[in-house]
Amino acid sequence: MNEKIKAARDIITNYSGRPLRIMEVCGTHTHEIFKIGLRKLLPENVELISGPGCPVCVTPVGFIDEACWLALEKGCVITTFGDLIRVPGTEMSLAGARAKGAQVRPVYSPMDAVEMARQNPDEQIVFLAVGFETTTPSACLAAETAKKEGLENFSLLTANKTMPNAYAALEGSADAFLYPGHVNAITGTGICEELKAKGVSGVVAGFTASELLTAMAVILKNAESGEPFFVNCYPRVVKAEGNPAAQKLVAKVMEPCDSEWRGLGVIPMSGMKLKDEYAEYDARKKYAMPKITGKPNPACRCGDVLQGKCKPSDCKVFGRGCTPEHPVGACMVSDEGACSAYYQYGME
Amino acid sequence: MAENTVTLAHGAGGKQTSELISKVFKAHFSNPEFTADDAAVLNIPQDRIAFTTDGFIVSPFEFNGGNIGKLSICGTVNDLSCMGAKPMYMTCAFVIEEGFPMDKLEEIAAAMEKTAKEAGVKIVAGDTKVAGKGQVDKVFITTTGIGCIMDNAHTSGTYAKPGDAVIVTGDVGRHGCTILLARDEYGIDADVDSDCAPLWGTVESLYTVTDDIHVIRDATRGGVGTVLYEIAEQSKVGIRLNAADIPVDPAVKGVCGMLGLEPLYLACEGRLVIFAPQDKAQAIVDKLHEGKYSKNAAIIGTVTEDNVGRVVMETEIGAQTLLPQPGGELLPRIC
Repeated sequence: MNEKIKAARDIITNYSGRPLRIMEVCGTHTHEIFKIGLRKLLPENVELISGPGCPVCVTPVGFIDEACWLALEKGCVITTFGDLIRVPGTEMSLAGARAKGAQVRPVYSPMDAVEMARQNPDEQIVFLAVGFETTTPSACLAAETAKKEGLENFSLLTANKTMPNAYAALEGSADAFLYPGHVNAITGTGICEELKAKGVSGVVAGFTASELLTAMAVILKNAESGEPFFVNCYPRVVKAEGNPAAQKLVAKVMEPCDSEWRGLGVIPMSGMKLKDEYAEYDARKKYAMPKITGKPNPACRCGDVLQGKCKPSDCKVFGRGCTPEHPVGACMVSDEGACSAYYQYGME
Repeated sequence: MAENTVTLAHGAGGKQTSELISKVFKAHFSNPEFTADDAAVLNIPQDRIAFTTDGFIVSPFEFNGGNIGKLSICGTVNDLSCMGAKPMYMTCAFVIEEGFPMDKLEEIAAAMEKTAKEAGVKIVAGDTKVAGKGQVDKVFITTTGIGCIMDNAHTSGTYAKPGDAVIVTGDVGRHGCTILLARDEYGIDADVDSDCAPLWGTVESLYTVTDDIHVIRDATRGGVGTVLYEIAEQSKVGIRLNAADIPVDPAVKGVCGMLGLEPLYLACEGRLVIFAPQDKAQAIVDKLHEGKYSKNAAIIGTVTEDNVGRVVMETEIGAQTLLPQPGGELLPRIC
């Protein structure tokens, strides 16, 4: 164990201040925190809650229903990040739609979907654009490329989300946030400073064991005073101004809109949609989609898990009806989901 | 062009089949026991023999560090070796897609012979079938092997005991990572080659140190992690690993980091997992370090009485977590 890790570990294990609830809001953080066993080191009065940071987990049931509608009613080829395929919709997942004859293909980036559209001019390719500030620029690039090339068989079904208004919706859920380093690499740290001014504390954290441990130690160190704080613990990647090129591209192609989050409901101006200039690449407009409202499985408590209101193991179906092989809720699907991590790492 | 590829006529059993066999297979598998009859006649010097078979459908059939031919010999040689059996004889059956390039088939046969020779095993019989275009993907090989079990070798997945050291004979996950990169689906470049190797020499060297070896397994599909869960289950013990001690090539670690994969669950084709008493472990590892295919051998953990059926990891921050159980098929057609 190196000196830096040892020093951070000592701060964490010796913490004796007020009880603290800390929320991580990045799926990759959730996964890494379980992998390195960080929770096992925390003293009893420090609780780490997994927030709504996994793009797959926060995507509402209705979005899956919309994708199934495009695939089954309109014959579109659905392209998506692989995790989304197994997320249950109201009646079926995309895997279920595939069994009914829908074409659903996993891709690794939206540009792969654009390439698929180029290669298959007779097929209508729809890319499921989910994710936060980190993945939204690549979806924008795909729309921009399609427009430039005049590709008529490519469109996006958007469910892109942004973090700032989600923090407001989560107010009171936690005493401090472990901010998602990759999101801040795009957006910068202005939002964190604004939250501090409103009394919300947090640190930007990186993703290695040493970075996560350090970030946690910095939170505990700063929490002692009781004053709101913000520290950028990931300065090698996160700059105050963020990534202006990515911000510019997103501002050109998309604009904020209200957005539904699984468990949190509709949060005003917390989503991104294509601007009117890109309407022909917006699958909802292109296919005149009717309003589709999903109905989540009532037994599933993913919504409460995402708000830190309960632990995955508090849910009645956790590990019984709901496992990574047969997920009932979205949080059990992705490796970044809190339920999946709890299950795989044997937390009760 | 047709002359340089395998055609359906090559699989019809007539003149062209004979030509294919003599040009490609007999030319490479040159040993007096390679049969011209319906079956090979063998002299088995001992009464305990090990006997195994394995099919190979790896895609792509060529990759950094080997091809399907080399792999098909290593797979069966290593299965025999893990039983403490010296590989003696092998047979191989090919299913070849119509149109497969003849020179590639020769390369595969040459790699098989080279690897067999190194392992000290003789290829004594074979079969060739040709399937129509699209009915099989390029080339599939099945190998079957017989080995003589050494008198002093008594290993089984049920023999792991609390207190045993867990040893791996080299860095983990190289073959799986190589195949993943060879498919070029992720747009990642990295300098990784397969660990594919015949391991009889490695096993033989273990027994120069001690006969007291409880388990030897080769970590193929599912990687070292899957083997550990199998042994924990079969022997009704727990296994505790020290994350910092697990050898992983930096390039493999990098690729796994990018794709969110666990190197312990990536396939190996030239790595053994060995369970042996703690007091013999260092001598075993020292011996392994002298070997061609085990220079990075390391003790990665111990067997425990508690946590039966589980693999627990001591992480780099000094916390203990469960190694997540292997999921579904990570990568199809890895071997």
